[in-house]
Amino acid sequence: MKRRRKWFEILVTFCIMFLFWILLSGLFDAFHLIAGVLCSVIVALISYDLLVKGKNEKMLLKCLRLLLYIPWELWQIVLANIDVAYRVLHPKMPIDPRVIEFETSLRSDFALVTLANSITLTPGTITIYVEHEEGKFWVHALAKEPGDALLVDQTMQRKVADVYMEW
Amino acid sequence: MVLIDGMVIILLAIGIFFMFVGAIGLLRFPDFYTRLHATGKCDTLGEGLIILGLIVYHFFHYLRTPLVPVKLLFLILFIFIANPTATHAIVKAAYLTGLTPWRLGEERR
Amino acid sequence: MFLVVGLFIVVTILLSLYRAVVGPGVFNRVAAVNVIGTKTIVLLIVIGYYFERPLFFDISVLYAMMNFIGTLAFAKYLQRGELWS
Repeated sequence: MKRRRKWFEILVTFCIMFLFWILLSGLFDAFHLIAGVLCSVIVALISYDLLVKGKNEKMLLKCLRLLLYIPWELWQIVLANIDVAYRVLHPKMPIDPRVIEFETSLRSDFALVTLANSITLTPGTITIYVEHEEGKFWVHALAKEPGDALLVDQTMQRKVADVYMEW
Repeated sequence: MVLIDGMVIILLAIGIFFMFVGAIGLLRFPDFYTRLHATGKCDTLGEGLIILGLIVYHFFHYLRTPLVPVKLLFLILFIFIANPTATHAIVKAAYLTGLTPWRLGEERR
Repeated sequence: MFLVVGLFIVVTILLSLYRAVVGPGVFNRVAAVNVIGTKTIVLLIVIGYYFERPLFFDISVLYAMMNFIGTLAFAKYLQRGELWS
């Protein structure tokens, strides 16, 4: 069972590496394709356990849900960057920084990373520290309203938990 | 053709505006953590918009090499993942070695 | 058009150079150097379009990765006191 899992991971890593080679080079003659196959095989043999690991059932469904989550997040990024621009250019600089702490129900690696990235990209908050076993986040907020949007409303945590199905 | 050039110029102008806001925030804010707020977010978005404008420019002027916009799209994706992660790494290192945040009413650092 | 964009990016780099020189402590300087590296990526692509050489895009992709890993290595060293144990 373990040997079959290992060959599957090597195959997936090889496919992704070869796809990157073709997309980034743009040359399709025999020499470059064979060089691409050789390099992809060597890289896949050396580092096959870095890309896909852990329990990943229903990975395709999670990827599709992630693709649906990204446009909402882009809209939030644009809205919130206008808010930061207003705070920077205002002559009185209305900021009131504080450190917040809250708990979530996410446990897997991908979900924690996605939430930490989203928190750092939407204006007003930066992730300081993530605790792995209990899903705690330490967050530095720029003023009262963005911190409250994360602490009281909890829309972002619910959306990420919807993507990865880890209520 | 004028419409495409106009859209490219608008995208580039908005991108440069956000980059300026990021750099001014780096100079004006009173504390380390607040400065990283300005650069980690505004820089990333400004760069994304500038590269997006250049992708649109490439599509309508150099149609013979269609794989270059794909490379630039990868670059946008990489920047959107890498810049917040680097910001988080620096902030975590500063917090765990004891740098205290700034509260309202103290003096500049 | 590309010349004006490039000039604005250079002005932004000079503004954040001030923070790299003055900033009290090491963390401000690390953040400023990270910002300069990120600006360089975009400057390389704009120069590539201005001089009509398509090789600059590959250089900027590589430099993006190197800047990212350099900042991560610095942060790890500042947090732990050593890079690997």
